[in-house]
Amino acid sequence: MGKPTLAVWKFTSCDGCQLTLLDCEDELLAIADAVQIKHFPEATRKDLPGPFDVSLVEGSISTPAEAERIKRIREETGTLVAIGACATSGGIQALRNFADLDEFQRIIYPHPEFLHSLEQVAPIAAHVDVDYELRGCPIDKRQLLGLLSALLKGRRPDLPKGAVCNECKQRGVNCLLVEGKEPCLGPITQAGCGAICPSYNRGCYGCFGPSDSAQPEALIPVLSRLGLADPDIVRMLRTYNAAAPKLAAAGDRLEGAHDDA
Amino acid sequence: MLFDHPLPEVIDRAGLDQLVKLLQADGYTVVGPTERDGALVLDELAGGADLPDGIGVETGAGHYRLRERADGAVFNHSAGPQSWKQFVHPPRQRVDAPEPVRRLAFIGVRPCDLAALAILDGVLGAAPYPDDRYLARRDQIFVVAVNCVEPGNTCFCASTGTGPAAEWGYDLVLTEQEGEGGHRFLLGTGSVAGEEILDRLTHRTATGGEIREARRAVDDAAGSMGRSMPETDLRGLLNRARGSEHWEQVANRCLACANCTMVCPTCFCTTVEDATDLEGDNAERWQRWDSCFDPDFSYIHGGAVRKSVGSRYRQWMSHKLSTWHDQFGTSGCVGCGRCIAWCPAGIDITAEAAALAEKERTR
Amino acid sequence: MIQAMRETARPARAEAMVPAAYTVVDHRRETHDTVTLTLLPGRGTALPRFRPGQFTMLSAEGIGEIPVSISGDPDDQHDGRLVQTIREVGAVSAALCRSEAGSEIGVRGPYGHGWRLASALDGDLLVVAGGIGLAPLRPLIRSALGRREHFGDVTLLAGARSYADLLYPLQLDAWARRRDTAVTVTLDRPDPGWTGRVGLITGPLAETAIVPERTTAYLCGPEIMIKVCADALAARGVPPERIQVSLERNMKCGVGWCGHCQLGPHLLCRSGPVCRWDAVADLLDIEEL
Repeated sequence: MGKPTLAVWKFTSCDGCQLTLLDCEDELLAIADAVQIKHFPEATRKDLPGPFDVSLVEGSISTPAEAERIKRIREETGTLVAIGACATSGGIQALRNFADLDEFQRIIYPHPEFLHSLEQVAPIAAHVDVDYELRGCPIDKRQLLGLLSALLKGRRPDLPKGAVCNECKQRGVNCLLVEGKEPCLGPITQAGCGAICPSYNRGCYGCFGPSDSAQPEALIPVLSRLGLADPDIVRMLRTYNAAAPKLAAAGDRLEGAHDDA
Repeated sequence: MLFDHPLPEVIDRAGLDQLVKLLQADGYTVVGPTERDGALVLDELAGGADLPDGIGVETGAGHYRLRERADGAVFNHSAGPQSWKQFVHPPRQRVDAPEPVRRLAFIGVRPCDLAALAILDGVLGAAPYPDDRYLARRDQIFVVAVNCVEPGNTCFCASTGTGPAAEWGYDLVLTEQEGEGGHRFLLGTGSVAGEEILDRLTHRTATGGEIREARRAVDDAAGSMGRSMPETDLRGLLNRARGSEHWEQVANRCLACANCTMVCPTCFCTTVEDATDLEGDNAERWQRWDSCFDPDFSYIHGGAVRKSVGSRYRQWMSHKLSTWHDQFGTSGCVGCGRCIAWCPAGIDITAEAAALAEKERTR
Repeated sequence: MIQAMRETARPARAEAMVPAAYTVVDHRRETHDTVTLTLLPGRGTALPRFRPGQFTMLSAEGIGEIPVSISGDPDDQHDGRLVQTIREVGAVSAALCRSEAGSEIGVRGPYGHGWRLASALDGDLLVVAGGIGLAPLRPLIRSALGRREHFGDVTLLAGARSYADLLYPLQLDAWARRRDTAVTVTLDRPDPGWTGRVGLITGPLAETAIVPERTTAYLCGPEIMIKVCADALAARGVPPERIQVSLERNMKCGVGWCGHCQLGPHLLCRSGPVCRWDAVADLLDIEEL
C-alpha cells in the first residue's frame, strides 16, 4: 500500500500557517516519511496530480477563481482540513466585509477594473464541506502534528471545542480579567493554543476565533467594567476572526446601539 | 479538633519555616500558598520564606486582588485560583503507564478544602472501582490544615457545614494569631505522623488565653462570611427547579467558559484521549480535566445532549448541590467561593440558589 | 474451579483504566454498518463473567475507547469469551468493525447494571427492540429461553429501518419458529417482497395482548422509541418498576470517574445502563438534561 498523500493549498493568506508545518523541524522527516507530499507551494515546486488523501487548506476564498479552485480540490480530496484564521473565518482580510469594497479598490488601485473580487471574503466552509478546522493565526504546531498523527492512524483528531480558560486554569495561569489586569477574549475563544498570551500576562486577542459555545454578549459587560468603551470592544472583536458570525453579530449590535443613540 | 486537643502547642513564625524544613528533610515536596502574577497560587515552596507573609486578598464576584495586610498574617486569604485538586487529581495524566508518586506535604489547607479532599476521596477513591492513581497520591500526602479566622467576601463555608473550623482529615492543624504576644500559630495534631513532626518542632504549650482567643476567632469567622447559601433544602430545590425559566436567565450572563468547573475543588470530570506519534506507534492514553460546560461533554451519536448554555449551567449547579447527594452521598459544594471569584462574569452560585428559592416561594 | 480461576484473574484495581488484551476469533458482518466480534482473553487476562445488559469498554489501540453492548449468550462464556455487536458511527467503532480474526483489541468491564430477570420469574416477558437496541437484549432473550419453563408468555417485538438494517435475522427466524415465543418484526422502509409488519414498533406494541400485572417489559433502542413505548405500556397498566429500559449517555470511563454519563441523579455507567422506568421517566421528559 502506498503512503497516504498530502497536499497543502494556499488561498488568500500570508503563508504563515504553511510555515507552521515547515517549523516542525524535529518532525519534518517523520512527516515526509509518513506521507507523500503532492503539493506544498512553500516547500516544493513539485506539483503532482490528485487525488489527495488529506488536503490542508490555508487562506480565505476572496476571488471567483478561488471559489472555483476550492471546489476542484474538494472533489479530489479525502479529508479536507481548513487551517488558520483565514481559512476558518475569513481572516484579517474579511475586515473588508464591514466596509465598501468599491471604495477601497478605487482609492488603492489605479485600474480597479482589473480586479476580480468576491463581494464577501469567506472561509473555506462557506464554499465546500470541511472535515476539520485548525484554528489560529497562525495555527498551533502541536495541534497540527496531533491532527496529522490522528489522521494517519484513523483517529478522530483531539481538537477541544471549549474556551481558552480551560487551558489557563489547567496550566495554572491566573485570570487577567478577574485580576483586572488586561482585557482578554479567552472566555469566548476556542482553546488549542495552550493559552500562550495569558501566560505572558497578555490578554487573549482571539486568534483562534470564537469557541463553539462562545457568548460574546456575556463578555461585553465584563470588558466594559474594565474600562473599555464600546468602540474599543468592537475593535477587539474585529481582528483576525472579524467575520466569524458570533463576533460579527456582537460587534454589529454594539455599533448599532451607537448609531441609534 | 484543635480545641478538644488536651494541650495545643504553639510555634512562632520561625517555627513555620522549621516545619517546612522538617517536612522537606523527611522527603516531602512541600506545597503551599505563594504569590505569583497577582494571586496567591499553590506551588512548591523552596522554604517557609515563600509563604505570603502579610499578603491578603480582596475578593468579590468576578474579582480578585492582592492587598498588603496591616499584619504579617500568612494564611488569612481565601479563594485562590487553584485548589489542592491540582495535585491529587492533576489536569493531565497518562493512564496507561505507571507514574512515580511524589510525597507531598500540603501547608495551609483551609477547612473548606479539607472537606473538598474528603469529597474527592468519596468520588475517586470509592468502591467498586477506586482510582488507584488518586489513592496512591492521596495516601502520601501530609496535611497541615489552618483554621479559618478570616473568611473572604466570597466565602460561605459556614452555610455548607464545611468550616470555618478544621474537624478532621489533617496531620497538623494551625490557628494563626497576631497581636499581643507576637505572630504565632496554635498547633494541634490529627495523626501519629503529625505528632512525630510536632515532637521535632520548637514549641511551647499554649496558654488558656491563647486557646480562648483562637476559639473566639474561629467562632467569629463563622459569623463573618461574605456570603451564605439560602437556608433551605438545596437538594430538593434544585431537583424541583429543572424546568425553571431561571436557567435561561443565567445563560444570558454565562460565558460557558468552564472557569467555575476548573477552579472548583471538587469538580472531578475528565475525558480521555489516545495519542500516537507520526509513525503510528507508541500509543498513549491521556486523561485530562473536562467540564460539563464543554459542548462535547454530553456528546452521543447524533449530537450533544446539552446544547444550550442554560442546560449546562443547570447541570453544573444541580450536580454540585443536588444530584451529588444521589451519586456520592454528600453535597459537592464546600463553600470555598472560588467559582464566584473566578467567574469572569461574576455569576454567584449563592445568589442563583437564592433566586431559585425566591422564585419557588413566590410562585 | 474454572470459575475460581476467573475470579482470581480479575485485574487489580490499579488497572481499572487499563484494558485487558483480547483476541478477535470471529468477525461477523451483521449489516452494512454493524459487526459482531467474538473475543477471547489472552492468558490470565479474562475479565469477570458478564450479565445480560452489561457493557464493556472496547479499545482500538491508538484510536480510542467506546462503550459497547455485550450481545453474546450469558450461558456460554466458556474460555472467557465475549460476543459484542458494534455499529460503525465514529473512528473507534470503525476501527473495531475492521478488526479481523486474529487481531487484538482492549477490553475493560463488564460494567453497569443489566436487565433484572429474577423479578420477572413466573410472569410474562415483553421485549421491545429498536435497531441496534436488539444487541444488548439478545443475552436477556437467550437467558430467558434457556430457562423457558420459568416464564409465561415471551414476546419479542423488533423494529428496524429496513431489512438490510435488521440485526440477527437468522436468530429472529429461529426464535419465531419456536412455539413458545412470539416474534414480530416491523420495518420502517420495507423492501419489495417483505410480507411482515411495516411502520413504527408502536403499532405491533399496541396490538400485543398483555396481562399488565404479570408482564415485565425490556426496552432498548432510540430514546424516543423507549419513551413512547414505556409510556404506552405504563398507560396500559404495566407497573413502571417492571418496565426496564437501557439508556445511552456519553460513557467515557465506565467506572464512575469521568462524570460524562449523568442523567440527573444517575451516573448511567453505574446505576444504568438498564434503569427502571419509575427512576427515569420524569428525567427523560426534561429537555437537555
